[in-house]
This record gives sequence, structure tokens and C-alpha cells, in this order.
Amino acid sequence: MPVSAAAGSERHNVSHAYRGVPRWTYVVAVLAATVVILPLFAMVARVNWANFLPLVTSESAVSALGLSLRTSAVSTILCIVLGVPLALVLARGRFRLQGLLRALVLLPLVLPPVVGGIALLYTFGRQGLLGRTLEVLGLQIAFSTTAVVLAQTFVALPFLVVSLEGALRTGGERYEAVAATLGASPGRVFRSVTLPLVLPGLASGAVLSFARSLGEFGATLTFAGSLQGVTRTLPLEIYLQRETDPEAAVALSLVLVAVAVAVVALAYRRPAGAGMAFWKQRTTPAAAADRDVL
Amino acid sequence: MTFALEAAVAGRGFDVALRLGPTETVAVMGPNGAGKSTLLSVIAGLLKPDTGRAELNGRTLFELSAGRGTWTPPHHRGTALLAQEPLLFPHLSALENVAFGPRSAGVSRKQAKAEALHWLAEVEALDLQARRPAELSGGQAQRVAVARALAADPGLLLLDEPMAALDIHSAPLLRRLLKRVLAGRQAIIITHDALDALMLADRVVILENGGISEEGPTREVLQRPRSPFAAGLAGLNLLAGTLAGDGIRTAEGWTVAGLLEDGYADDRRPEGRGGNGYPAAPEGERAAVAVFPPSAVSVFLDDAHGSPRNSFEVAISDLEPHGDFIRVRAGSLAADITPAASADLGLIPGLQVHFVVKATSVAVYSA
Amino acid sequence: MKGLTGLLAAIVLMALAGCSTGAGSPSGDASAAGSSAGSSGGEALTVFAAASLKNSFTELAKAYEAEHPGSSVTLSFAGSADLATQISQGAPADVFASADTKNMDKLQQAGLVDGDPRIFATNTLAIAVPRGNPAGIRSFADLAKPGTRLVQCAPQVPCGAAATAAEQQTGTHLSPVSEENSVTDVLGKVVSGEADAGLVYVTDVKSAAGKVESVAFPEAAAAVNSYPIAALAGSRNGAAVQAFLDLVTGPEGQQVLADAGFGGGRQ
Repeated sequence: MPVSAAAGSERHNVSHAYRGVPRWTYVVAVLAATVVILPLFAMVARVNWANFLPLVTSESAVSALGLSLRTSAVSTILCIVLGVPLALVLARGRFRLQGLLRALVLLPLVLPPVVGGIALLYTFGRQGLLGRTLEVLGLQIAFSTTAVVLAQTFVALPFLVVSLEGALRTGGERYEAVAATLGASPGRVFRSVTLPLVLPGLASGAVLSFARSLGEFGATLTFAGSLQGVTRTLPLEIYLQRETDPEAAVALSLVLVAVAVAVVALAYRRPAGAGMAFWKQRTTPAAAADRDVL
Repeated sequence: MTFALEAAVAGRGFDVALRLGPTETVAVMGPNGAGKSTLLSVIAGLLKPDTGRAELNGRTLFELSAGRGTWTPPHHRGTALLAQEPLLFPHLSALENVAFGPRSAGVSRKQAKAEALHWLAEVEALDLQARRPAELSGGQAQRVAVARALAADPGLLLLDEPMAALDIHSAPLLRRLLKRVLAGRQAIIITHDALDALMLADRVVILENGGISEEGPTREVLQRPRSPFAAGLAGLNLLAGTLAGDGIRTAEGWTVAGLLEDGYADDRRPEGRGGNGYPAAPEGERAAVAVFPPSAVSVFLDDAHGSPRNSFEVAISDLEPHGDFIRVRAGSLAADITPAASADLGLIPGLQVHFVVKATSVAVYSA
Repeated sequence: MKGLTGLLAAIVLMALAGCSTGAGSPSGDASAAGSSAGSSGGEALTVFAAASLKNSFTELAKAYEAEHPGSSVTLSFAGSADLATQISQGAPADVFASADTKNMDKLQQAGLVDGDPRIFATNTLAIAVPRGNPAGIRSFADLAKPGTRLVQCAPQVPCGAAATAAEQQTGTHLSPVSEENSVTDVLGKVVSGEADAGLVYVTDVKSAAGKVESVAFPEAAAAVNSYPIAALAGSRNGAAVQAFLDLVTGPEGQQVLADAGFGGGRQ
């Protein structure tokens, strides 16, 4: 093995600085990149550009895209509302079975979505754990837009929790302790120290959650069904169009790819959890002077 | 208006009792791991001791036995903490950082800003008010951090090695600033530097192995150290033992002759503990220390006999430059000799030599 | 360094090769009815068949292998549209059995079909309801009752097209709570009790006997799905392909299909 492989971890801004990257890794890296990029390229090559606009602005396509954006926005908000306290508890709390809780909460990351769909079905479905009670209360979840949001939240929540917990673990605790000794109550510490410090992590977590929600397919198909304007999100529309109109499916896929690219670019413009670095880059003295105190 | 603390943390072998007068600044010194940071954490409310009680200006900070009892959370204590690193909130400007304490206390925006400006002026950092922490040098940031701590109007200011992370040019500036702002305040400052203790503190407390081994007015502790740690700070050799005639007898069996000091009976050591971390001397024997400067020690290859002289056979552990001299270390003892003498004797680490010191150069007093 | 690159290349190639021999069909639930397809001089057949034919064709493939020792049949089941797409993308199939004429026509127009397709079976719609029929569905018209949670196929897929035809024929307007991509998804939602009723094929109800109950409706006759089968242009096993087609359309094949609930084909 080349000795240089281990030496390349430190980053330098100098372009001529030594970089210990063995040459063979470039070969494999190109191969790896090809595995990801080539299929995308092949799909783009198949797009019928003459019909592109009519295809992606058809009634069903617009309805599906609108539904996808709406449900993903709602589930992202749900992820933030539920995920921030959860991440805080996981990062700062000290209690029994904390590790187990973390493992369980992160499970949807590695679970096939269809399994998630089945699990949701047996929870909120008519015959499910909560479904029967909800039915009595007049709430029907299956086949409703609520089901779509639930499925999306189920698969997207771990992304937010992971990003945020990572950000919370990178040294905010000492700032929080100092803030407390300066007289800030736990609520104030959370609002004016913890949250601002992890804002970049929260933002990238939210963006990833949104992206995951937007792409959610398996759990939705299993749990929510597929009806235009109600539960048929863009991925489901693509899946259906593929049956009869591959051109439309390709065109819509491209739309989804474009959204995904935008989202990933937004999330990885800076690495998640780099809260301190983010604040260091951000401000100019003039901008700071304009702001009022707190 | 005083501060009083007794606290024990069993898991860390920490057991300390400490009182501060109304305007007293105490320097806490001790080797790494002695429990200095534990002390500040307990006072600030960041660490819960198993048992103990603390009171600040008539208010109870905690009163615990077996982990139960009264416990005031950190934000209600009025014990602002200034750490080794400034830890300014990176998303706030210097001004907003300093205004954080007043705002937390419920002061209006306008009033908080006015107070923040006052304290920034106090630390000569008014021109830095609009800057973000990332745009401040280490020294500037620490000055702003001092202003932030003071703006919180703490009843007791806790400083955890505030100069340790500063460069050689910034430290003196901050030391002067602290001398000014600590005057007339209750404060506890952890430091490794005898100069900090001399300049900033009225009193020094030596913390070793989780307990106080020695305390007293700074000057006196440095002049007449009773613990090896304090002697090290003062740059003196210290041997501990029991009183024997005009000198002491050490545990190793050395007899050290010296001059018995006046005021032998005074006892600065806290009651109930053996000083220096050693067990209390047996009944009928009095614990005492023999103290002498390294410059009074001569080094010989052979045992030089002579009644007024003390001679200790030691193995050299280290040689290091020390000003114009070579400091010869042998365990806890040190001798300063000229480079020429060192070369003549052919000193190298591991060599067996005799450290010889005149009795008239040795001060003997109670430990 | 060179050795390592070579090693890596070899590993990647081996991994890819391993994958490609493992699954003969690009997707869908492929099941090799015979042993090692394509080995020795024996006749190897690859049959792409609609998902609803899974049970019948698995049985027929076994029968074929028994009658033609040394031969093997590899079966790949998926939605007809998926299979048609795979075939047009060059998937190596000898026979295509579709659940509708539309997908077969598509391949025929593309010149991928050898000879004329033959209709070998028909399938009709049936109403599937959960056990006990909680919503009390008795007729096609009952499906339009307000509050009935009906699940059917999307109009884009054959079973959905059939449902739409029945709807038009009877003048009933159905408002399903979900339009699924495949008939199995519809059946799944009835089995789990999420839906009050689902429009599926007679054959599906039959295969899920015990898990769902079936409500027959005369209007179904208006929407009969025809299943065409054909040899594909790329096939090099002319004789074997013909033998298999004969088996499916012959008395033995028709009996197996009829047992599964299919209607008879047209000769």
C-alpha cells in the first residue's frame, strides 16, 4: 500500500501544497463518478426537447409537482418542529437507552421505503394501531394528503435529526454554559445561542429533509395510494406515466433531477455542522454595525 | 457581602472549603488535575457536587447532602465565568455579546446597549463594538469577554486562566486591565502564573489532589512556601519533614540543618489536613519544611564533609539553561551553577552527585 | 501500483459479470423455472409474461420442460408496459405474453414481433371486497355510493382501462380514493382492509381466495381484456418458440389458464 494514502488529510489553500493522493484512486474515482453521472446523462439525452414544455406543464404533471412541493414543504416544517427538540435531546440529554432511541429514530435512513409504508399502514391505516381510534374520531388518514405528509415525514425526519445533532455536537456546549453563567435562562440560551449556532446545520438538515420528502415514493405508494391532486406526488406520476408515456416520464424525471440538484447544491454549499466557519465567513463590520443590539 | 463554599465531589476526590471577603480576589493555583476547574464549575452551577453548601452575598447557591437539597441553576447565581478562551458568541457583534448579560436580566434593548457601551469603554474596546468575534484578535476578544462578564454584574467573577491562551504581547495588557476591573470585586482567578497571583490576587489558594494544601496572602505564600507546589512557583527548593533540633528530618532520613524562623508558631494551614498532601505529623513531632533557593546549592562529585553544610546524595535528572546559569535538577531539588562549573564536573543526567547547601541558607519553619 | 490498479479493475469486472449472469432479466420478478438457462446444446427459452400470468405460466413452463427434456424456460414477470419497454430496449426474450393488445401492438409496430400475435386468454373484471364485505357491496353501482373507498387501477394501465370501459358502458361515475399502478397494488389494499372494494381481474380474486371475497357483476362483460402472445423477432430458437406457443394455445395450456380463471383464447 502506498504510504502517501494516510498523509493527505490536511487541507491547504496553497495550490502547490503537497497532496498525498495515490494515482490509482483517480482511476477508480472516475469510474465511481461515471456510475452516478452516466445514467443521469443518458436520461437527459432521451428528453424530447420539442415537447418538453407541454409534457411538464400538462394538467396531471403540474398537479403532481404542486402536490409534491406542498406536501414536502409541510413535512419539512413538521421535521423541524419535531426534529429540533429530538436532536437537542439526543445531543445534550443524558438518559438511559439514549443510544437505542437514536438508533431507532435513524432507522428510516436504512429502511426500504416500502417497509416504512407497511409500518405506517399498520399504524395509521384503518386496521392499524392508531387508525381505529382516528376513524372513530372521524379522521381518515389512508388515501389522504395527510398520509403523504406522514410518509414523507417518516422518511425525512432522520435527515434533519442527523444533520442537527452533528451540528449540536460540534462544541456549542461551552457557549451555552457561558451564556447560562451570564444569566440566560435555558429558554433564552436555546433561542439566542444554541439555535443561531446550529442554524447552518439546521438549514442543511431542512434542505435534505425537503429533498428526501420530494423524492419519497415507496412509503407513499404503499400507504397513501395514488390519486391525482390528492396523493399522486411527482415520483408517483412519473411511475405512472412510464406505463404509457415514457417521454413524459423522462421529462418529469428531469424536473425532479433539476430540483434535486438545486437542493443538494443549497445543502452542500458548505458542509453541514460547520457552524463556526459559517459565522466567520458571513459578516462584514459594516453589516454588523447596522444591526441593533440583539 | 461574602462568599462561602464547602463542596465535595466524590467521583473526582474533590473536597474544598473556601471563603472570600467582600472585595477579595483569590488566586487558585495547583498542578493540572488538582480540581481547579471543578471548583469553578461547582461555583458557577455547571457541576453538581455530592454534598456541600455555598452562599453568595446572603443567597444560597446550593445546599446539598447526598445530591439532594437546594440547587440554584447557573443563570440565577450571578457568577459570571470568563474562560481561557473568550467564547464570544460567534453570531453576535462585540456590542451584542456584551449586551447579552443585561438583556438576559430583562433590561431593555436601549438600556442594555448603553451598559454594553459603558463596559466596552471600560476595557478600551469601544472601537471594536461592531466587529464579529471572528474579526477580533485573541487579546481583543478576551477584552470583550471581560466586558461581557462584567456587564452581567456578577456578584462573584470566575476567571479560568484568562491569560493562558493569549500571546506574549496581549497578556500584559489584559493583566493590567484585570488589575483595574478586579479592584473592589469578589473574584476567583485560576492561574499558572505566579505573576498573576501577585498582581491580581489578595490571597492565593494552592489546590492539590482535590484539596487545599496551602493558602495565605500571596506574597507570604511565595516567600515562605509550605507546599512543594508553592515552592515550585516561587522557584525554591523545599524539603518536608519533622522538626529536629535546628532543622528537620525528612522521610528519606535526611537531616537538614537550617535557621529556625521567627513566628514559628503561626499556622496558615487549614485545620484537619496534613499540609502538602502528606499525612499529619505524629503526636509530639511537629511538621516543618526546609526551604532554600537553587542558587545556594553547590554541586560536588564527592561527599564534602563540613558541619554547617547539608549534603544530599542525588541522581541528576535534568540539565537546563536558566538565565546565565545551568539549572541542575535532581528529583524535586534544583541547583543553579555556572556553565563552566557544569562542564568541569562533566554533569550529565543520571550522574550521582552531592547537592550541598550551607545551613545558613536554609530557612526552617512549620509546615 | 500497477498491480493494485489491475486488481481493482479485475474486482469491478468480476462484480459486474457476476451481476449480469445472476439475473437474466433487467427487472421484475424473474424466476428460472429450469436449471441454468442457456447451457449445453439444450433448448433455452426466455419468456416475458404479464404479472397476472405468473401462476399459470410457471406451471406451463414446467410442463414444457417435462415434455422437452434438456430444454429450459426462463420466465420474467412484470407489468406488460414494463416488459414491452425492456424488449424494445433490447432485452433478450423469445416470447412475449401481454395482458393487453396495446403493448403488443407497440412492439409489432416497432418490428420486434415475429409473425402475428395470437389471443390465448381473456380476463374480466371482478369486484374484490375484504372478507365479510364490510361496506356491503353487491353490485357495480354500489361502488359509486358516497363514502365507499374504492381502489382501482389508473386508466393508463390495462386493468384501469377495463374499469373505465365498464364505467362508460354502465353510465356509472366512480370516484376512487386511489388509482394504483398495478392490479396487485389494488388487491393489496383490499386484502389489508384499507379499501372497501377494488376493481381487479377474476384471476386475481381467484388467486387471493380466502383473503378477499368476490362480487361478480354482469357489466364486466363490456370490458374484457385480451391476452396476446407472440414470438419475438430477435429469437433464434424458432422451433422451440413455436412449441411453447402451441403448448399455451393448445388444450393443455387452455386448461391451465381456465383453472386460473382466464377466459378462453381465440384460435
